Amino acid sequence: MPTTLYNEPSPLETKVLSKRFGLENSHRLDTYLAHDGFKAFLKARQMTPEQIVEEVKTSALRGRGGAGFPTGLKWSFVPRTSPKPKYIVINADESEPGTCKDRLLMEYDPHQLIEGILIAGLAMDAHKGYLYIRGEYRYLIDHTDRAIGEAYSKGYLGKNIAGTGFDFDLYTHSGAGAYECGEETALLDSLEGKRGIPRMKPPFPAVAGAWASPTLLNNVETFSAVPNIIRDGGAAFAALGTPKNGGTRLVCISGHVNKPGVYELPLGYPMLKAIYEVAGGIPGGKKLKAVVPGGSSCPLLKAEECDIPMDYDTLAKAGSMLGSGGMVVLDETTDMVKFALRIMRFYAHESCGWCIPCREGTTWLRKILQRFDDGGGRKEDIPVLGEVSKNMLGRTFCALGDAAAMPTISIVEKFREDFEKRLAGASRASELVTV
Amino acid sequence: MAETVKLTINGKQIEAEKGTLLIEVARQNGIEIPAFCYYQNLSLQAACRMCLVEVEKTPKLQVGCTLPVAEGMVVHTDSEVVRQSRKGMVELLLTNHPLDCPVCDKGGECELQDMTFRYGLGESRFVERKQHVDEEQWSPVVYFDRPRCIMCYRCVRVCNEGLDVTALGVGNRGVVSQILPNFHDHLECDECGACIDICPVGALTSGAYRYKTRPWEMHHVGTICTHCADGCRTTLGVRNEKIIRGNNRDSSGINGEFLCVKGRYAFDFTEHPERLQSPLMRAGGRLEPVSWSQALEAVAKKFIEVKQGSGHFGVIGSCHTTNEENFYLQKFARQVLGTKNVDHHRSGDLATLFDALTDRGKVLATVEDLANAKAVLVVASDLAQQHPMLANQIRASRRLRGARVYTVTPGPVREDKNAVASVRVQKGGELAGIESLRDKLKAESDLTIVFGDAIQGESLRKLIAFGDSLGLAVKYICLVDYSNSRGAFDMGLIPRDGGLSREQMLARDLDVLWVVGANPLKEVRGESKAGFLVVQDLFLTETAQRADIVLPAASAYEKTGTVTNVCGEVQKLKAAINVMGPKADLEIMGLIAREMGPAAVRTLGMWLPDKVFEEIRKTVHGYDVPMPVVATGGAAPTMPLNGRVAALPGSISSAGDTLFTSGTLGRYSKVLNSVMESPGALYEEKGRHS
Amino acid sequence: MLAAYPEGRKRSAVVPMLIYAQDETGAVTPELIAEVAKRCEVEPLQVDEVVGYYSMLHRKPLGKYHVQVCTNISCLLVGGEELYEHAKKKLGIGNKQVTADGQFSLEEVECMGACSWAPAVEINYDFHHYVTPERLDQLIDALRKAN
Ligand SMILES: Cc1cc2nc3c(=O)[nH]c(=O)nc-3n(C[C@H](O)[C@H](O)[C@H](O)COP(=O)(O)O)c2cc1C
Ligand code: SF4
Ligand code: FES
Repeated sequence: MPTTLYNEPSPLETKVLSKRFGLENSHRLDTYLAHDGFKAFLKARQMTPEQIVEEVKTSALRGRGGAGFPTGLKWSFVPRTSPKPKYIVINADESEPGTCKDRLLMEYDPHQLIEGILIAGLAMDAHKGYLYIRGEYRYLIDHTDRAIGEAYSKGYLGKNIAGTGFDFDLYTHSGAGAYECGEETALLDSLEGKRGIPRMKPPFPAVAGAWASPTLLNNVETFSAVPNIIRDGGAAFAALGTPKNGGTRLVCISGHVNKPGVYELPLGYPMLKAIYEVAGGIPGGKKLKAVVPGGSSCPLLKAEECDIPMDYDTLAKAGSMLGSGGMVVLDETTDMVKFALRIMRFYAHESCGWCIPCREGTTWLRKILQRFDDGGGRKEDIPVLGEVSKNMLGRTFCALGDAAAMPTISIVEKFREDFEKRLAGASRASELVTV
Repeated sequence: MAETVKLTINGKQIEAEKGTLLIEVARQNGIEIPAFCYYQNLSLQAACRMCLVEVEKTPKLQVGCTLPVAEGMVVHTDSEVVRQSRKGMVELLLTNHPLDCPVCDKGGECELQDMTFRYGLGESRFVERKQHVDEEQWSPVVYFDRPRCIMCYRCVRVCNEGLDVTALGVGNRGVVSQILPNFHDHLECDECGACIDICPVGALTSGAYRYKTRPWEMHHVGTICTHCADGCRTTLGVRNEKIIRGNNRDSSGINGEFLCVKGRYAFDFTEHPERLQSPLMRAGGRLEPVSWSQALEAVAKKFIEVKQGSGHFGVIGSCHTTNEENFYLQKFARQVLGTKNVDHHRSGDLATLFDALTDRGKVLATVEDLANAKAVLVVASDLAQQHPMLANQIRASRRLRGARVYTVTPGPVREDKNAVASVRVQKGGELAGIESLRDKLKAESDLTIVFGDAIQGESLRKLIAFGDSLGLAVKYICLVDYSNSRGAFDMGLIPRDGGLSREQMLARDLDVLWVVGANPLKEVRGESKAGFLVVQDLFLTETAQRADIVLPAASAYEKTGTVTNVCGEVQKLKAAINVMGPKADLEIMGLIAREMGPAAVRTLGMWLPDKVFEEIRKTVHGYDVPMPVVATGGAAPTMPLNGRVAALPGSISSAGDTLFTSGTLGRYSKVLNSVMESPGALYEEKGRHS
Repeated sequence: MLAAYPEGRKRSAVVPMLIYAQDETGAVTPELIAEVAKRCEVEPLQVDEVVGYYSMLHRKPLGKYHVQVCTNISCLLVGGEELYEHAKKKLGIGNKQVTADGQFSLEEVECMGACSWAPAVEINYDFHHYVTPERLDQLIDALRKAN
């Protein structure tokens, strides 16, 4: 297993979740135990479930999976006293284009994740957890299985954990290639052995999730933050970030930067600083054209919109989202038609097909964009791209439709000239089929 | 009445039961919220997004098909943004639709056409190439045209939830996701066609109907299916004296939309080339065609001769002919021929049932009773095979109203899957099996016991004693086989007052054996023992082949009259087509009587169905049913109890038909013979895990 | 595997069982579907539904080495598309095709979580980061030689 990091850390990082990354054998239990491991669990064992949830609320931790829902609040929704078994489900489907952080958390520090899960188990009175890992991450499934095995053998999973009388079983569960299975209810269907189709809400997973039982579902990074919160207190974690946006997060910087990589930065970190200092700026001194702030589902920001701190609320105000932390930097040479096409090819491929607007809309948009890119674009297509997207927006069954529509709308509105430029060279309009 | 809420839809104040779905509340108030995927009594999908409406104080459009109404809700179903949204949905739906309405079976009856007309955009902005996929044949009766499919999942749900067959699923994902048959490229299922019926577009079409007509060229005749005893109402689509289609889309009748493979497709026996077209008379050892007058005259002559001579007649009636015909036949036998030797193939012990239940109130369950039952016990029957509609009702009651189902059968049955308890018994062990359920059944609030031919005579009396001992309201359904088995019994086609039973008649050297619409010699080897055999039938059955005179009869779809279903409900047949050669059995009997002379006609009365039915209502115990109910196509329950019924000689046994057989008629249905499941077997685990 | 799931929830094992089995058998065959259905106590149709849904499940065998090149946005920006074109030429096959000798298959895949170390290639389950056309040639040649 790699102990070398995929990218050099930056001195500008605030290392909380990633502080053990780079240690020799950071993934081993003894390394973890030697560096604060399972202290938080033992502390949490002395707390009441309500106190644990309260601490998480205080931390102002927000879900790192994409939607940024306040984690403490979500934890408080699970009916802890329900007579049904309760489950913890960990979303390690990490499929949002631009995002590659959960991988590292599982690879370098799996026991931190396990400890976070155990603390959630204490808070929910849950005794079983399922780590849903995307099928492409097979090496991580094997890796995590080994870590789980290690935890079992040393008494940090299974019966009477660390002598506290608390029992918990954790299992990995493999996906098999489907972005939609990252959506929490589709994930649950997939976990139950079905096609990953999102479920109707309500009921929310907190009330009827896996196998119709109360289920707490969070992202890997969200759970990984929990041991720190419990150990050092929610207030300390919250203080790292901005109000209502607690702590640090792993920002995956990719695209046109000199030092792409995953960096742990506090919430509210200035976006331009992240690009130019943390990630070393744009190669060849080229100009910034746009930023995808948090994974391909987020509306793009134009260069001039990027002088903002990166927290959930500011990004929302700027008309975009902080999403899953996948920040993609585009320099001035980027062809936005190609970029929009690639995004739409992704969503058309990944739409589960359940509802009309997403199923048909993504494919239609893909076809128009493909034609545009092939040189068959027409002037009329430009507004159609926007209108079809808007016909999807807010009208699909789950958020995948929105995820496809939002970046497209932003690209067509903000980079219209890229489309118009393509019109000049358009030659294949005769290929059109008219009905 | 449950708690109600007040809400406003399009400015209209509405009061509705709290928690009802908005789409239903709107519909009840005459406001249309369009929908493809929403379907009453099937699970919610929220997939088609046609039902999006504006609800004040919510940022996004709301899904009308899943939104429960709440106090103070202000809804707009026809605002600018809602209309725009629907246009958008229709436009999206049509992006890959082939728009081949001119050659599509559904054209004219298509919900997508209607929706496009009503809510769509005048033109599409879609100019890309469409994805063509070839049509697939999944079974002799089911074809699938993928590009036409709008993925509303109705077919999947009706198959899984409605039929409990799970023959359809969803494969692939995204824009290429598609409906999947259970054997990857073909279907092995009940072949009931419910999926085809429920499909809002022309994606699923029927092998029996496709490309035969345009829907508006047919006229529609609502009548009763003739294949089993359940009495489903079927609407026959007829063009040029040909039945082209059967369905029950208007949900009229006791079966709602339900029809099994027989009800939907097996009307085709009527046009089988072997259908008898003219009377046949034995000459030189062979049956030769003769005219009606020759044949009738010969029959009458023989009847008179024997009547004046030995008087040894035997009369075997039918489980398929109408009440009027059965009544007329037994009257003919008793009053004109002067014989008590009258019987039919009895498949359930109605005599003991009626006798044992003497002096009870309403303890014979109707189909509606069954649907409302809180608990159902199925004894000795493979209901999904033998009584598809009753089985469907039980499934629906369980699914929609939480009814609890118990089974006591010799082998696995479909009802087991969702049964509270299932008991396997050997023949003869049924009562012990039922006894083992005593404690569970006692805890129910009511119970309907549905039982097959294994329960007869003494064991039937014991069953009723068991029912009495439970201390709750118990109702009964005695299963009989055919469309008018029940009517044949009620009309008196039974060997009472010392008459000979069917077996006895076949064993004796009678001078005349008159068989109307039955095939009693099917299993009998050699010549008929009767001196003279007269047979009325549609086909040259094993019995007809040995006849001296064969008279070609009209089928249930070619005549009027009434039939009584397994639950004792009287329903009216309506002729869908006219036939040239054959005649209705009632008419045949009337004409024989006329040949025999005015006295016979005077005794019997005119052979008009309405006249005979009037006499039935006056004279047959329990048949004083309200005329308007019957006349308007309703099902009128009869009240046959409260008169002692004497025990009858002869045996009682079910023919053991399955979903894909129904005696003689089934054998002449091309569709039934074409499906690979034919003929099916009872009490067998469906071999789906092959 | 079945033991991981709650009582009566064997169906949950369908997806993992399929993908682990596919790794052994090379493809999801009708026999495999029937077997998984039996073990997980579902109808074969319900397994069939799942097979079509997940993009990593295949009904036809892939090459011994399945070369997956990501061309999604992060990779696209730093040469993923060129890398994929190069792979096509190098292997002489197109998307989801298998070389005549059955050794290699190629797939243009969606984001696989290597965005910050793009462009990325996954061969079977092994990730390769910062892949250049030259690196890809080396990788493929090494695998060829290994046989
Ligand atoms: C289409 C779609 C894909 C998603 N993919 C992921 C994913 O890969 N990983 C993830 O953690 N969350 C994903 N989410 C978000 C989850 O639905 C869910 O909000 C999240 O896992 C909750 O955890 P959190 O509160 O810790 O963020 C996705 C959401 C949507 C709509
Ligand atoms: S928006 Fe609709 S089709 Fe798209 S993934 Fe969600 S439910 Fe499936
Ligand atoms: S009817 Fe509501 S989404 Fe289809």
